[in-house]
Amino acid sequence: MNEKKLKVLAAEIRLETLKVIHSRGFGHVGGSMDLADLMAVLYGEVMKFDPKNPRWEDRDWLVLSKGHAGPVSYATLGLMGYYPMEEAYTLNQPGTRFPSHTDRKLTPGVDLTTGSLGQGVSTATGAALGNRIDGRDSCVYCVIGDGEADEGQVWEAFHFACAHKLDNIIYFIDNNGYQLDGSTDDILAHGDIAKKAAGFGLHTQEIDGHDVTAIYNAIQAAKGQRGVPSCIVLDTSKGKGATFAEPKHEHSSQPKEEQWLEAIAASEKELEAARNA
Amino acid sequence: MNVKLIGKHEKDPRACRDGLALTLNELMARDKSIVYVDCDLMGCVNTKQLRKNYPDRAFEAGIAEGNAAGISAGLAATGKKVFFHSFGTFSSRRCYDQIYMSAAYAGLSVRVLGSDAGVSAAFNGGTHMPLEDGAMYLSIPESTVIDPCDYDQLASVTRQLVDVEGVSFTRFVRKDVIRIYDDGSEFTIGKGIVLHESGEDRAAIITSGIMVDEALKAYEALLAEGIPVRVIDMFTWKPLDEALVVKAAKETGAVVTAENHNVTCGLGSVVANCLAKNCPTAQEFVGVQDQFGQVGPQSFLMDTYGLRAANIVEAVKRAIARK
Repeated sequence: MNEKKLKVLAAEIRLETLKVIHSRGFGHVGGSMDLADLMAVLYGEVMKFDPKNPRWEDRDWLVLSKGHAGPVSYATLGLMGYYPMEEAYTLNQPGTRFPSHTDRKLTPGVDLTTGSLGQGVSTATGAALGNRIDGRDSCVYCVIGDGEADEGQVWEAFHFACAHKLDNIIYFIDNNGYQLDGSTDDILAHGDIAKKAAGFGLHTQEIDGHDVTAIYNAIQAAKGQRGVPSCIVLDTSKGKGATFAEPKHEHSSQPKEEQWLEAIAASEKELEAARNA
Repeated sequence: MNVKLIGKHEKDPRACRDGLALTLNELMARDKSIVYVDCDLMGCVNTKQLRKNYPDRAFEAGIAEGNAAGISAGLAATGKKVFFHSFGTFSSRRCYDQIYMSAAYAGLSVRVLGSDAGVSAAFNGGTHMPLEDGAMYLSIPESTVIDPCDYDQLASVTRQLVDVEGVSFTRFVRKDVIRIYDDGSEFTIGKGIVLHESGEDRAAIITSGIMVDEALKAYEALLAEGIPVRVIDMFTWKPLDEALVVKAAKETGAVVTAENHNVTCGLGSVVANCLAKNCPTAQEFVGVQDQFGQVGPQSFLMDTYGLRAANIVEAVKRAIARK
């Protein structure tokens, strides 16, 4: 693992995520930006995939169950060469292949359709089961929001995965502490979400979700487990790196143009710093 | 299509669920890509044998239908041909958003089987009585909705479902149905079956499921009164055999639909849509008249909700009077 390479990629993903959402002027900045480090580790180091053959049978899968984080996928997949990056700057325009929420029928590299929260956890789990039936050496990576964990379906899917001993799926919970109406503590007070996941029988780790080395190591530890699915709780900062969104932990943002330009300039500076580190 | 009508109003000693289970067993032996997902109701449709025979392809998802629907969609995304069963209520309204978004909207094919159609939920009562399941599935774009009437029709439909793209919903009665068709009958999804017709027909009865036998009895009663009518088994509600509906309406001038379902948004409604677009025709609706289900024997429920041959006979006379 090359930490510097992954940090640079994470900074590139952040910058492109901002640009993708800026193309429309508004969108889910908060929950997209805080996943850049995870996406950098997955696509930069861990996953096997082929941008020329997005449905390659032996690929690893990425399911963004918190589908509103679509822009971070579009930025990452563009950087990986699934399509020219500029095409993703058509976010939410009529006829676009890049809708707010990820859609397997529209965007090359998107493995499952998500948007109604909780559902991607089940479909990702079903895909892991299908891959196991076929004896494929593929891993499904499924990203869940901490607000999304309000949905009972998330826990039904965990229950299923444990009962069926699926060790070819890793769930990430993006534990940024905020959802649309405020802090997760204020809405449904999850308490210790890692402890709850562990209580369901998942091999569970909790790490700094912005530390690429910690993310990489946690994935390796998860992949070493046999007969048990894994959960990695990522402690993150909602809106990470978006100057207008992070201080307020905004779920969706519609900043003024000068705020956009300020955020993009700051992100470019971060990328430069990562390259020169 | 190769259909042999028996129509003697006699109960089939065979249970439809056994035909379904046997058919799935044969299909799974032949095609390794077929998988089966159930929600703790294998014991009700005798599909435990699938789990025994194909432990790596027949799965218990427990009493968690929303998750089970998502698991089914995920399996479909890896190329599996998925059959998903629960009672009609739980395989429709309990997991509707999951079927809608994770499967249908996502372009993933799932073959949903909903047992205990309509009043056949009998002793499980109103909580378990699907009278709106067809309505829910009809409103999913590109879906297929099927209401088979007997053992052979359900088995024939099940064999064809393997190749049906998109989300399909098959509502069926587990046991104690009247035998309509003879062994070896084969049906084509999307094609209605004309059971009786003549050049003198004064109305057409369009029906499906357990109401086919009631329609055949109504046909006999009407004929005895000198009123010949056409009888069509429209076991595929969607895609509707519009050509057959329009032909019957044009040739007879009056239509009666009869269904084991709420008349709001069921077979009657899709026939009415078709007629309104193509040839407006007097139509009467036999079915549950926008009411909730309740507990009781099926015969009591059929009497209570007006699902009898006598109700069809009256409806035919009303429709003819409106010509």
